[in-house]
Amino acid sequence: MTAKEWKFTSKDIANKPDLFLSGHRACAGCAPATVLKLVMKATRGPTIVTEATGCMEVVSSIYPYTSWATPWLHTAFETAAANASGIEAALKIMKKKGRISKEHVDVIAIAGDGGTFDIGLQALSGAVERGHDFLFLLYDNEAYMNTGIQRSGGTPHGAATTTSPAGRAVPGKLEYKKPLADIMIAHDMEYVATASPYYWRDLITKVRKGLEVEGPAFLHVFAPCPRGWRSNPAKSIEYSKLAVETCVFPVWEAVNGEYKLSIPSKVLSLAPQRKKPVSDYLKGQGRFRHMFKPENKALLEEVQRITDKRWQKLLKKCNLP
Amino acid sequence: MANIIKQKMMALAGDQAVAYAAKQSDVDVVAAYPITPQTIIVEKFSEYVANGEVETEFVCTESEHSAMSASLAASVTGARAFTATASAGLALMHEMLFVTSGCRAPVVMAIANRALSAPLNIHGDHSDSMAQRDSGWIQMYAENSQEAYDSIIQAFKIGEDSNVLLPVMVGLDGFTLSHTLENVETLSDEVVQQFIGIRKIPNVLTHEDKQSPFRLDPKNPMTMGPIALQNYYFEFKRQQEEAMKNALEAIQDVNKNYGDLTGRKYGNGLVDAYNLKDAEVAAICLGSTAGTMKTIVDKLRKEGIKAGLLRIRTFRPFPSKAIKSALRNVKAIAVMDKSMSFGGNGGPAYHEIRHVLYDSESKPFIVNYIYGLGGRDTSPTQLRTIYDDLQQILKNQTIEEPIKYLGLRE
Repeated sequence: MTAKEWKFTSKDIANKPDLFLSGHRACAGCAPATVLKLVMKATRGPTIVTEATGCMEVVSSIYPYTSWATPWLHTAFETAAANASGIEAALKIMKKKGRISKEHVDVIAIAGDGGTFDIGLQALSGAVERGHDFLFLLYDNEAYMNTGIQRSGGTPHGAATTTSPAGRAVPGKLEYKKPLADIMIAHDMEYVATASPYYWRDLITKVRKGLEVEGPAFLHVFAPCPRGWRSNPAKSIEYSKLAVETCVFPVWEAVNGEYKLSIPSKVLSLAPQRKKPVSDYLKGQGRFRHMFKPENKALLEEVQRITDKRWQKLLKKCNLP
Repeated sequence: MANIIKQKMMALAGDQAVAYAAKQSDVDVVAAYPITPQTIIVEKFSEYVANGEVETEFVCTESEHSAMSASLAASVTGARAFTATASAGLALMHEMLFVTSGCRAPVVMAIANRALSAPLNIHGDHSDSMAQRDSGWIQMYAENSQEAYDSIIQAFKIGEDSNVLLPVMVGLDGFTLSHTLENVETLSDEVVQQFIGIRKIPNVLTHEDKQSPFRLDPKNPMTMGPIALQNYYFEFKRQQEEAMKNALEAIQDVNKNYGDLTGRKYGNGLVDAYNLKDAEVAAICLGSTAGTMKTIVDKLRKEGIKAGLLRIRTFRPFPSKAIKSALRNVKAIAVMDKSMSFGGNGGPAYHEIRHVLYDSESKPFIVNYIYGLGGRDTSPTQLRTIYDDLQQILKNQTIEEPIKYLGLRE
């Protein structure tokens, strides 16, 4: 059954046994934990997970406990994709030699924004170039949260972090978020997509599509972090909706480089009046608080400008007006 | 010796001998990245893959860091993994070396020993692997291409021993061995594979008191490489030390069994003593230098000088007992280091040997020679001065210069 044919109800998903178990030590309102739970609901058979050092690794594997009901490997911060390469190569040859059963095993590499945008990018690029059969899942909470909220290449413009604080001279991060999914498409990947946990059906379907690719696939998932964003833990899923509605984080997929907006973003392209101003998303998040001060008006306008610019660029790629 | 198996003589450079041994060892995954003077190993192995001579997944990684990560991941998935590197490549792997030993993944790696930058230098010394001394890897150093070949085969057997389960690095001196053609006695593929066997995955006890294979197996989910804090981390590390101790036994057993099969034993597997029994003066070295040193010892013996040599074949685990026993009658000792420990009063081998001999009853004189850095040639004439110095020390009953640099302009 392919992802296209897979008609699942919320009940099906609820009834499917968890592979990422509760009892982990994630903070209240941690969207990455929700993302992982949903991702593991999309598996289609035996699956090995390898994870980069980071929040989700730390909260899920604290010895002698584990939240993983599937084989799981952590080695280091920058190695998720390299590990996936080794696992996939081992499975392939061991099957060929008859050392393990012929049954297909999916490999998922998971990393946060630090382990993907920054320290893990080389290994990811290499593994994709080599064409290993694995899904790379990026849960993007937009900073190094595990080490205490430092800026990463995935931190958006203007955000205050502990290494890009909003000070008297510098108002938060001056640089812009790296367009990582586009960089992955430039690797000529068969499947690259973005997703947000509010749109959970979309997310699960995309995970399944990524697993179905015979080769590397990349999924960039938006994942609010109330601790790092200084936001209300009850609103993480709301923010993951607002990020899409403001076009800060549009959801789309690219099959063989052909961009296509997914429905939540497609709706906004058809009815632009429904696109919300970025301030709707930014307000309430402590990391953007300084942007609402009168002296930082230009910064707020710049975030709107860059969001619009990137949205327009995306529409063009999707052949939409 | 009558039952020694028939072997085939091949002309192989050290790197080629290593690649050939890895090929015969039925390696499942090779993940590697090119670096001089190791490159011939990956080139040769790539040829085997391209010609369909091996059943191996060859992963041409984008860095040594990823090469080690992929090797480790393949190994914990259950595969037999092999890689090779040198110098900067080994330094780049540094982080992953600890993870590999900590995950108890018996990866085997050849090191074509080479100097570390800066200044950039591609030639042979032991700076690269000595800098990884405490990474939890078994470390062996080959004297010649024959031993490089034999040691790679042995390394799989040692590392995969269920009482050991540690990664093994086999050093061969860059260019001196890696690029020098020698006659190498080789075994048939069948004999090698029979000697090593298919990799056996030991069972471990799960939290449900069940026996489960120690690998990533969808039928028996296991969490590998977890976070372990103040309450458990220490025990993990203590277990690695225990495995190192077990390796002392395993290396000797494998050396003996391999010797019975092939007629080639390297001392007891840990140390290789040459004319040491009645020696009064002795040098200690690692790697290819031993070849030259042996001819010097022969010469000295002809002159009536009681000279000997101890080659340390296994540097980790450090064979303290074997070294102490081998040196028990020696009165003056020169430890030769092909690497430096800056600010550390001598080279790494010197530190360890002095440490071992601290509580010996004989209290021999012990001095250190740093030599051959960056591939600097050390002539037999220069090497002989070591023994001359030792005799002088014995005569004067005092050490004037405990640490000397051999063949250096000062």
